[in-house]
Amino acid sequence: MKKILLMGNPNVGKSAVFSRLTGIHVIASNYPGTTVEFTQGTMKIGDEEAILIDVPGTYGLEATSKAEKIAVEMLKDGDAVINVVDATNLERNLHLTLHLLERNIPVIIALNIWDDAKHKGITIDVKKMEELLGVPVVPTVAVTGEGIKELVSRIPQACNPKVARRSEEEKWTEAGRILDKVQLLQHRHHTLLEVIGDASVKPLSGIPIAILVMFAAFKVIRFIGEWLIGNVFEPIFERFWQPLMMQLSSILDPGSFLRSIIIGKLIDGEIDFVQSFGVLTTGLFVPIGMVLPYIFSFYIVLGVMEDSGYLPRLAVLLDNLMHRMGLHGWAIIPTLLGLGCNVPGIMATRILESRRERLITATIISIGVPCAALQAMIWGLVGEHGGRYVAIIYLSLFVVWVVLGRILNMILKGESQGLIMEVPPYRMPSLQTVVKKLWMRMAAFLKEALPIVLLGIMVVNILYFLKIFDVLADFAAPLITNVFGLPKEAVIAMAIGFLRKDVAVGMLGTLDLTAKQLVVAATALAMSFPCIATFVVLFKELGITDTLKSVLAMLISSLIVGGLLNAIL
Amino acid sequence: MVERISLTDMNAGETGTAVEFIGGRGVHNRLCALGIRPGKKITRVNAAFGRGPIIVRVGSTQIALGFGMSYKVIVEVER
Repeated sequence: MKKILLMGNPNVGKSAVFSRLTGIHVIASNYPGTTVEFTQGTMKIGDEEAILIDVPGTYGLEATSKAEKIAVEMLKDGDAVINVVDATNLERNLHLTLHLLERNIPVIIALNIWDDAKHKGITIDVKKMEELLGVPVVPTVAVTGEGIKELVSRIPQACNPKVARRSEEEKWTEAGRILDKVQLLQHRHHTLLEVIGDASVKPLSGIPIAILVMFAAFKVIRFIGEWLIGNVFEPIFERFWQPLMMQLSSILDPGSFLRSIIIGKLIDGEIDFVQSFGVLTTGLFVPIGMVLPYIFSFYIVLGVMEDSGYLPRLAVLLDNLMHRMGLHGWAIIPTLLGLGCNVPGIMATRILESRRERLITATIISIGVPCAALQAMIWGLVGEHGGRYVAIIYLSLFVVWVVLGRILNMILKGESQGLIMEVPPYRMPSLQTVVKKLWMRMAAFLKEALPIVLLGIMVVNILYFLKIFDVLADFAAPLITNVFGLPKEAVIAMAIGFLRKDVAVGMLGTLDLTAKQLVVAATALAMSFPCIATFVVLFKELGITDTLKSVLAMLISSLIVGGLLNAIL
Repeated sequence: MVERISLTDMNAGETGTAVEFIGGRGVHNRLCALGIRPGKKITRVNAAFGRGPIIVRVGSTQIALGFGMSYKVIVEVER
């Protein structure tokens, strides 16, 4: 099968074109660097099938960042390139096109974001552009699907005019020359979105706007999550699932191995979805009844923020603060993604340029940034004792995040590079992309997390039944009771944290802890060893030495912070 | 009259022409890749907050530059 590469500058809509061409949905957002890993799918060109690869965005073919290196590698075994070009930003995009034309590979251009260009008063002579470049050019609006059919039908016409190698300077001159001949600019007034855009990066107006946006985001996430739990998920579990499980429980022999695994303990003769801890009771209730509503509300808010173009502006505002941690503002984007799930958060550190920045960001994400599942459980269980206890956990984690960043910045050699990044225009988020992204992320949660939760609870019950935990608990008891002030059974929850943190907090819920103990345990749990999915991705992204450094930082800091909280509170 | 100043000394809203970059090939390439090249018209968008980043408009794109990086961009302005 032929391999077709989808290439272009960052944030020109490659992922949106990819979704249109293959029907496979990939995450597309309004900031450069959404795609850091390549995705591939198949598409039909006439009767033929071809492999389409969504290559991470590049400004040139010099391979300065990790994403660019991947792109250059992939160019070697592609059969044709669909060069996605941002019509509102022609000159810079043409520079990459000229790079591509020098490589001996057929090229076709998708002149994307065509609608925005029209709004901005930019007219482009497509025929003239084809003539000057010597390759087919098709105007497209990938978000709505306009022009995609024509693009597909013209892929066979992709060609390479065999241009001579030019120096960087000559390429810029050539790009400028083409631009002058094909583009006509009309003067127009600033749009409202541009005025807001400028206001949100000026310090005086930008900081209040940022505080307002984050506060509103938090409120909306809480409101939707709580509403769904209270009005949809809890009633479903209580009214329909509870009677069913009670019947099942009455059939099974009390005290039998099977019942203790499936149903768990009865609390006052009833199933308690939080405390019973059976595979079909707590095992289903934790991921679906407690966590899923928050996954839904978190990702709906994140999706809107991603597509609006606000995140890069937040990154600009926070650049100063982040510099004290040896990072630049850009690192806030992986961090926010980490609040949903640490795995995509750590993967997104690839957009950072140096290994040092990646190590710092990935480490402080896995220690100081709790994922949505963990947060949902903290709100559910600790929140019962009062909002201030939840606030203590968040505050501790935030302090750890900042302090640890500063410490790592001092210990690790090297300096962070200066910030250069594109600030994309504000766009009205499209309902379709937001819903699609939300759906993909929820499906991924159910597919990847649910089985591990069920497995985790099964393992816990088996180990309990075989009394293996008693040995473990006795072994680690001195540490847990002396340093953290927790009962020795909490060791088991800590150990299960390696599998999934939401299950681990769920186990804490069965131990009758005081509010203070819950705070200490939940904080230590959030900071200590990462869950297995995070661990695997850390290992993949950082390599063995840096992962070990990162894990060492986690163990030390969770011991210190857990111990401190126990002493202070 | 025309003055040669660093980007950091421009006023918010002021427009100038980029003339040169202090620094090596690396800095030069990174700036060029985003469309900031000698001869280009650059408009400064924001007033920086302490040593925070500076945002400039080049053509229809907005680009954020760290304070240190902005210092290396020399522009000519009419004052």
